[in-house]
Amino acid sequence: MTDRTEQAEIVRRSLKRRYRKERRFRAYGVLAIAIALAALVVLLADIIGKGHTGFLKTTITLDVEMDSERMYLEDPTNPDEIRMADFVEPLIVSLAETLPSATEDDRNALRGLINPYASIGLRDKLVANPDWMGTTQTITFLAHSDVDVYVKHQGDKAYSIKLNEQQQEWVNELQESGLVETSFNDVFFTSGDSRDPARAGVLGAIVGSLLVMFVTLMLSFPIGVAAAIYLEEFAPKNKLTDFIEVNINNLAAVPSIIFGLLGLAVFINLFGMPRSVPFVGGLVLTLMTLPTIIISSRAAIKSVPPSVREAAEGIGASKMQVVLHHVLPLAMPGMLTGSIIGMAQALGETAPLLLIGMVAFIVEVPEGFFDAATVLPVQVFLWAGSPELAFIERASAAIMVLLAFLMSMNALAIWLRKRLERRW
Amino acid sequence: MNTMSSNISAEAGVREENEAVVPVAEQKPEDTVIEEGKTVGKPFADDPKYKLRNVDVSYGNDRAIKNISLDIARNEVIAFIGPSGCGKSTFLRCLNRMNDSIEICRIKGQLLLDEEDIYASKRDVVELRARVGMVFQKPNPFPKSIYDNVAYGPKIHGLANRKSELDEIVENSLRKAGLWNEVKDRLDATATGMSGGQQQRLCIARAIAVSPEVILMDEPCSALDPIATARVEELISEMSESYTIVIVTHSMQQAARVSNRTAYFHLGHLVEVNDTNKVFTAPEHELTESYITGRFG
Repeated sequence: MTDRTEQAEIVRRSLKRRYRKERRFRAYGVLAIAIALAALVVLLADIIGKGHTGFLKTTITLDVEMDSERMYLEDPTNPDEIRMADFVEPLIVSLAETLPSATEDDRNALRGLINPYASIGLRDKLVANPDWMGTTQTITFLAHSDVDVYVKHQGDKAYSIKLNEQQQEWVNELQESGLVETSFNDVFFTSGDSRDPARAGVLGAIVGSLLVMFVTLMLSFPIGVAAAIYLEEFAPKNKLTDFIEVNINNLAAVPSIIFGLLGLAVFINLFGMPRSVPFVGGLVLTLMTLPTIIISSRAAIKSVPPSVREAAEGIGASKMQVVLHHVLPLAMPGMLTGSIIGMAQALGETAPLLLIGMVAFIVEVPEGFFDAATVLPVQVFLWAGSPELAFIERASAAIMVLLAFLMSMNALAIWLRKRLERRW
Repeated sequence: MNTMSSNISAEAGVREENEAVVPVAEQKPEDTVIEEGKTVGKPFADDPKYKLRNVDVSYGNDRAIKNISLDIARNEVIAFIGPSGCGKSTFLRCLNRMNDSIEICRIKGQLLLDEEDIYASKRDVVELRARVGMVFQKPNPFPKSIYDNVAYGPKIHGLANRKSELDEIVENSLRKAGLWNEVKDRLDATATGMSGGQQQRLCIARAIAVSPEVILMDEPCSALDPIATARVEELISEMSESYTIVIVTHSMQQAARVSNRTAYFHLGHLVEVNDTNKVFTAPEHELTESYITGRFG
């Protein structure tokens, strides 16, 4: 009997120790998650903090007199006259009139407030409305990117302000009278890259990314799934298939830039395909994504319970019927999840695309698989390396766009898995 | 900790003592030498459905089935009994070539179904399995609707040309499996939502939907409660009129209840085959007697 009580005491003591251990173990887990979350929060806060201004544009609104003498323009319907006409002059004149301290002699300083592309906007408006000639219209145009930076980051040491004191004063005056405004940056989403930050947008990169992703998905998903099914269901287990399996696993670990080199050597140099085009980008990313898709698809096929396979075989389903009717539907959620994760990787990939020329400065939005294009991560890379400060915030904004794409892809993966998942 | 482990060994000691109390036969049944290929009782039948001669099955270097010869008569229910690992399931799975998917499995000997070699190189395994249905240990309905589960076999074998024919097959199969009244209002519900006993009867319905000649059952009731077991056994008795049934079971009561003949397997040998009541009342072989009296197993 004493033995029993003694033993109970020992158990109780050991229990205490065990619970202590368990609590410590749990604390480690909580700590790990806290660190991960903190890192994520810092990262997001930094990107959003730097980048949210990238989604804003600075515009100036003025009453502009369309004076044909100053503009050297009589007839806006005449293309020759349009080509020779001066569309900046009326803006400068209007600015000088609005600002009491400015005269038309401060022409160069005033020009520094106006975006070089504002004249193109005015030209297009005039061509569309020829009857504006000789009248005064209220025109809203983009401010110079230096003004943009000044308006968004007044008093911020991180951004060196390129406007001189006179110009800063003018901008302040304009702001006070509500003529300089910041609003949602639609330019950022409706145009391609540009040398001028105020005119630069991600549309070209988004379309490029979509085209590349389309090629990648169309090639890597069928090839990957077919390879996985063959290896898992039909291939004989011998040295050759072992060798193939080992090499697929190795390929998954090959640095992505190597795939870029391969694409450059094979697709561009050997096959003579054009550089910088989404089609070649898609081919390269297909090579990179294939191992991921094959490995995850094989895992998904392996996880189909053998009882289902046996049940189908026992009824007399042929090998192909077993695979098509029973294994594939059950493995599909896993395959899709793996594929989407592979695609998300490919979406964020920069290195291999640099090597096949998708790093070029491309202004036009690509219209097909063989148009020169760039992709979102490369656009981020290009802008982040630019000397203009206004590009830095656009790089952060582009990162946010990229993250939004990645998150929606992951959300899609989760939704697909939930939808297709079946219980057994 | 120390005290705990000593306590466990003390308990084990008690168990040993208890065993020692029971008088042991002078020769342990495990030591009995079995002559290979020798089976006592009535292993053979006239005009058998299955004619199995000198069957030898090995997994790599392990011989799982050692030179077994057996006839399975038409429309009989034969039960395979024996201790775990004695090869009865392996032997059963040879009868519709379910071992094919195990690469290291080698099968030698002659296995004839209606005088045709089922392991002949030209033999179509799909055709064989359409004639020899199988019910597994764990109920394994497809994760589809009840209707689709039963209709799947007839569909892939092209047994029904019209939806109405298929409906008829499904209804008949479910009726035979005694499941129709329970599920007729929810044929579109998923099969995996049914109870274990219902699932197993659904698997039986699925097997009989392709009108097989033989049904192999691998411990069909081991995952079921006694009531569900009783229903499945009832079903087996009903089916015995029109099918040849081979059933592997761990329950000797079940073997006694449902089968005409019983085969006793031991370590890959077929020790004894006889009419069921003979096996359970007057076994000829000492190993059979030891097993059915519960001396080991």
